[in-house]
Order: sequence, then structure tokens, then C-alpha cells
Amino acid sequence: MRVPLEEHRYGDHPVVLPPEDPTALDGADVSRETRLRLYRLLQELRQFEKRAYDLFMQGLVKGTSHLSLGMEAVAAGFGAAMREDDYTFATYRGHAHTLARGVPMEPVLAELLGRANGLMSGKGGSMHLTSVEHGVMGSYAIIGAHLTIANGAAWSAQYRGSGQVAVCFFGDGTTNIGAFHEALNYAAVFALPVVFVCENNLYMEYTAIRDITAVERPAADRASAYGLEPVAVDGNDADACYLAATDALEHARSGKGPVLVEALTYRHGGHSRADPGKYKPPGELEAWLAYDPLTVYRGRLERLGVATEDIEPIDREVAAAVDTATEAAKAGPLPDPGSAFTDVYADGGHSWRN
Amino acid sequence: MAQLSYREAVARGIAQEMARDERVVLIGEDVAGAGGVFKTTGGLLDRFGPRRVIDTPIAEQAILGAAMGAAMTGLRPVAEIMFSDFFAVCWDLVVNEMAKTRYMTDGQVTLPLVVKSGNGGGLRFGAQHSQSIENWAMAVPGLKVVTPSTPEDVVGLMAAAVRSDDPVLFFEHKGLYSSKADVPEGEIVDELGTAKVRRPGRDATVLALGLMVPRALAAAEALAARGIDVEVVDVRSLVPLDTATILASVGRTGRLFTVEENPRLLGWGAEIVSIVGEEAFWDLDGPIVRITTPHVPLPSADSLEDLVLPSAERIEQEIAKALGE
Repeated sequence: MRVPLEEHRYGDHPVVLPPEDPTALDGADVSRETRLRLYRLLQELRQFEKRAYDLFMQGLVKGTSHLSLGMEAVAAGFGAAMREDDYTFATYRGHAHTLARGVPMEPVLAELLGRANGLMSGKGGSMHLTSVEHGVMGSYAIIGAHLTIANGAAWSAQYRGSGQVAVCFFGDGTTNIGAFHEALNYAAVFALPVVFVCENNLYMEYTAIRDITAVERPAADRASAYGLEPVAVDGNDADACYLAATDALEHARSGKGPVLVEALTYRHGGHSRADPGKYKPPGELEAWLAYDPLTVYRGRLERLGVATEDIEPIDREVAAAVDTATEAAKAGPLPDPGSAFTDVYADGGHSWRN
Repeated sequence: MAQLSYREAVARGIAQEMARDERVVLIGEDVAGAGGVFKTTGGLLDRFGPRRVIDTPIAEQAILGAAMGAAMTGLRPVAEIMFSDFFAVCWDLVVNEMAKTRYMTDGQVTLPLVVKSGNGGGLRFGAQHSQSIENWAMAVPGLKVVTPSTPEDVVGLMAAAVRSDDPVLFFEHKGLYSSKADVPEGEIVDELGTAKVRRPGRDATVLALGLMVPRALAAAEALAARGIDVEVVDVRSLVPLDTATILASVGRTGRLFTVEENPRLLGWGAEIVSIVGEEAFWDLDGPIVRITTPHVPLPSADSLEDLVLPSAERIEQEIAKALGE
């Protein structure tokens, strides 16, 4: 479902909230089965990232991390709407987008822990999660370029007539990078089956996006400049994201060209592990916590009469799965030292001498 | 056997591969309708159609991103970056994305793509359209780097680059586009990572690349008239590097000269000299000499550009001087 811009209240108060009527989509055309799937996905993404945070705090995950706590509805909505063979392109904040395509938790956690049972055997880390067999074509740690790469996958799908769509996620900060603008024009000119999804979480790293961007909606306000229809969606409502995704995917898949979706959401934490987020205005986080995607969705399920005994087992099953995955990830061996020297080139090795 | 120009050889090499493999597609600025700003892709649009030969916007990041995304999902694209200087505006794609993706994904992603580009000086284009950037690319693990010097090599190495499962940067030398040579009929497929002895000789090994190959050969002829017999080795491929051919040649001659168009600091010759110093020091009968462009951007005026780019005469003089003539 596309929410027309004029009806979409971003507001101009420092505490920016999505639409406040949580019942707005109660009657939307989403099946009970899909809703329970979306709820399970929200739980998986939330509980996984809380565990990832705990592991960082325990010093078991090295380097840095970029969590998307509070932003789960976008990944869940798109993950549920995508075809199995569609492509996902993510950023360094890509745990949720990876899991939402069905990648199991254990290899993802093991990758964060630098273990041999990691998704990339410890050679990629948190910022580069990739699972080609699930259509997760990479998490790109220098934002912008991946929009152009998603175009390439979409071009390939168009060329092969496969009907696949490439979905490319990025943050509000990406919209000020040159590659964003190159990619939108390129995709529109060639009518590529690609869906660009801007997760506007209000902050470009440590800086409020509104302080460094001349338009109010950093993605949607620029869409028409590239010949795209602007689409804005409530990024905290999984149904809204699911419906927007369904619509955008159908549009792209049917040969009508790319779609740019801006989902307004909120990053509960800081930019990365090193950032406590102290620049956030007082009251902002609390206001958004009241509109947390899990709260929103649980409330909807209850209003729609889904029984507690149908909901709570999901919470418990996901918690158990996270525990099991954590233990399995921790039990994984360290990578074989020899693996540091493999797969630089397609012959499997790293030799640059003949 | 027919005469073919270096520029025609580029199109022939691409056409050869497009004809045999539907997955090979070509994109770039002005490559289709115009047949390339250097006329290196002429006739491809007519032969293969607009689905496979595509004019893009001036958007180097978008071009390389499209090539990369297509390569990782089943195509074998050839992308053109018109002047190699323009790699600087899409370097993120080249060094952070193309070069590292196979490694970071633990081998999940394969990138069979070619980025072709007009490289090098000699055409009075000035400092932003004349650089030799092959040494930039050589320093990044994960890329292959090729520079042919003859029309036949252009065809064969282009075929090898297209068939390679690694990202290959294919540097055509702008100063060679109009050069012509006999090229055999039929399919030609060369091998990446192989150097070629262009002229055997006893007294010294001269390593050259691209435009410097014909200049080194001309210098060798002049030196022969002076009684100095040098061996000219066309390096052809910097990554992978054919150190076996290079070390064998130095072993035969005992002296090494490199002729580079790069600015001197960290040119590719420095790496080869280092390898020879480490592995063939005892084969050497005298100091290694690097003949390079000095550490300056390329000037535009004829007289100035000719002054800084190694000429056949300068190569001849430096070699003769070092060999004690």
C-alpha cells in the first residue's frame, strides 16, 4: 500500500513520529498466516540483535556493530513479501535484512564471533553478511555503491527474463552520496526491476539527517527528479511495510521500472557500538519506544482477536532458537589459518604471480 | 591473415566473445551508437543489438555497479570507462567492491567481468586524460590487470579477460589505437599472466608495457646498430605477473631495464625490480635501471609531453650509457 505523501505526517516537531493511529491498518488485506509470519520475523530480528548486543558487551564480538533495533518492520515486511529468488542488497546495518530472507541465525552469530561456522567462515564479519543461496547478495560497508550493484542484478534479471527483483536497502545518509543519484537515474532510464528502500531512521551516523539535507524527506522528495513516483511508508508498522513491499515488487516485476520507497522509522541505539547516541533530543527515544514495531504489531494481533496462546509460543520459540544458535556459534572452531589466503581470485587462491 | 588496427582489434575481441556466449554484454558511455569515442566498439551495436550493446549515462559508478551486479548474477559484462583517468570517480567500485567481494563472501560470489579503458599518454590530452594508472590497480588484491601492445594480443587477451572468472581491468593504450599489424583469422584466445619475448637478445633484458613496447623495440634496433643486443620482453599482464619469463630472461642476459610510462614513484617496474633483486640478484652483472616518466602529471604541449614520456631515443641512450658504451 502506498501512503500518499500528503497524508503522511512527518511533522516538523523535533520529536518526529509516524502516524499515531495504530489501528489504521487493522483492516488491511493481510492474511492471518502472513501476520503471524510477520510477527515471528519481528521477534526473530529483535531477539537476535539483542543477543548480538549482549555478545558485543561481553567482548565476544570484535570490531564494530551496527544494530537496527527499532527498525525491524522494514526488513520483516520486505522479507515476507519477496519471492524466494529475489535479491537483497543490504548495508553494514544488515543483520535484519539477512535474517529476514531465511538465513539461519547460527551462521550469522558465528560470523559475528569470527568462527569457522560463520556465514563467510569469518572472512566477512558483521558488515558483509552474504548468503547467495538465500538471495542475500551482500552487505556493503561503504554506502552508495550497492545501489548501483543492485541495478546490475536487476539488469541481469531483466536480461535473463527471470522475473526476479533486486531490493536494495539503505539509510537516509546514503541519499546524499553521488552513487544514490547515479543509481536512480540509471535504474529509471533502463526500467530496471529494482526496489530502492530508504530506511529513514532520522540519523546519518551521529548527525540528524534534517540538519544536513535540504529536503524534508531525503529519498521520497527526490524521487520525481529521476522520474520515479514518490512512495513514503510508516516504517514501524510491519503491515504497512509488507503492503508497500508487495506493491513495489509487483510494479518492478511487471516491467514498469524501479520504485523508491522511503520508510520512516527510528534507530533505538546509536550508529555503532561506539556511539551512545547522546545527541538525541530528550524524550525522542521514549516517544518512539511507545511506537515500537513489536508493540504496534502485538497490539494489532490482539485487536484482531489472535489468542495469546497463539502469540506467546512464538516469543518462546524464538528465544529458544536464539539460545541454541548462540551456543552453537560459540562452540564453533576458529577459522583454519589457511583460509586467510583463499578466494582472493577465482582459482581459489591469492597468488598474483604466474 | 589480414591487417588490423589495435582499435579494430578491441571490437573484434569483444565480438568474438559475444558471438560465442550470450551472457557477454557491453555497456559504457557512447559505446553503442557512436561505436566508442576511440572507435573501439564500432559495429557491435549493429551486429548484437541494443539489448547487448548499451549506451549509458555519464555515470561511472552506475556503470561499474551495473557490471558488477550483473556479473554476480549470471552475465559476463564488459564495461568501458572511457579514459582510465575516470577510474578515479568510480574507484570505490573497483577496489572496495569488485576486488574484495569474492574474498569477503568466502568465495560465494564470482565476478566474471571486464572493465576496458583507454589508458596512457602521447596524444596531447593533458594531465586528466593521459595517465597510466595500471599501477594503481596492481596494488589491490583481487583484480587482474592486463595491457596489450599489439592487435593480435588485444584480441586474444580480451578473449581471455572475458573468459576469466575474476574482475579484469583491460587497459588499452590510447597511443596504440591506430597501430596496425597482421592478425590471424579465426578465433584467438590468449592467456592472462603470460609475458612475451618480443625480441631475443644477449646483452640486457628490457621490460616494457603498452606503448613502451614498440618504443623499446625501436630502441633495441638502434642499439643493435651500435653492437648492443637487447632482449625486449612485453610484460602484457601485471596481475597475474609472469615472473618466470622475466627471471629467465634476466638469467640469460644479466642486466635489467624497465621502461615505464607510470610516474616513477611506485610504478610497476619498482615491484619487478624488487622481485629480481630478491630472487635473481646473483644473475645480475650490473645495476638495474628504471626508465620512467618523471614524477610529474603529463603536460599537454607536444614538446613537453615528448620530454617526459620515455621515447625510443631516450630508452636507447639510457641503455647504452648504463652498458658502458
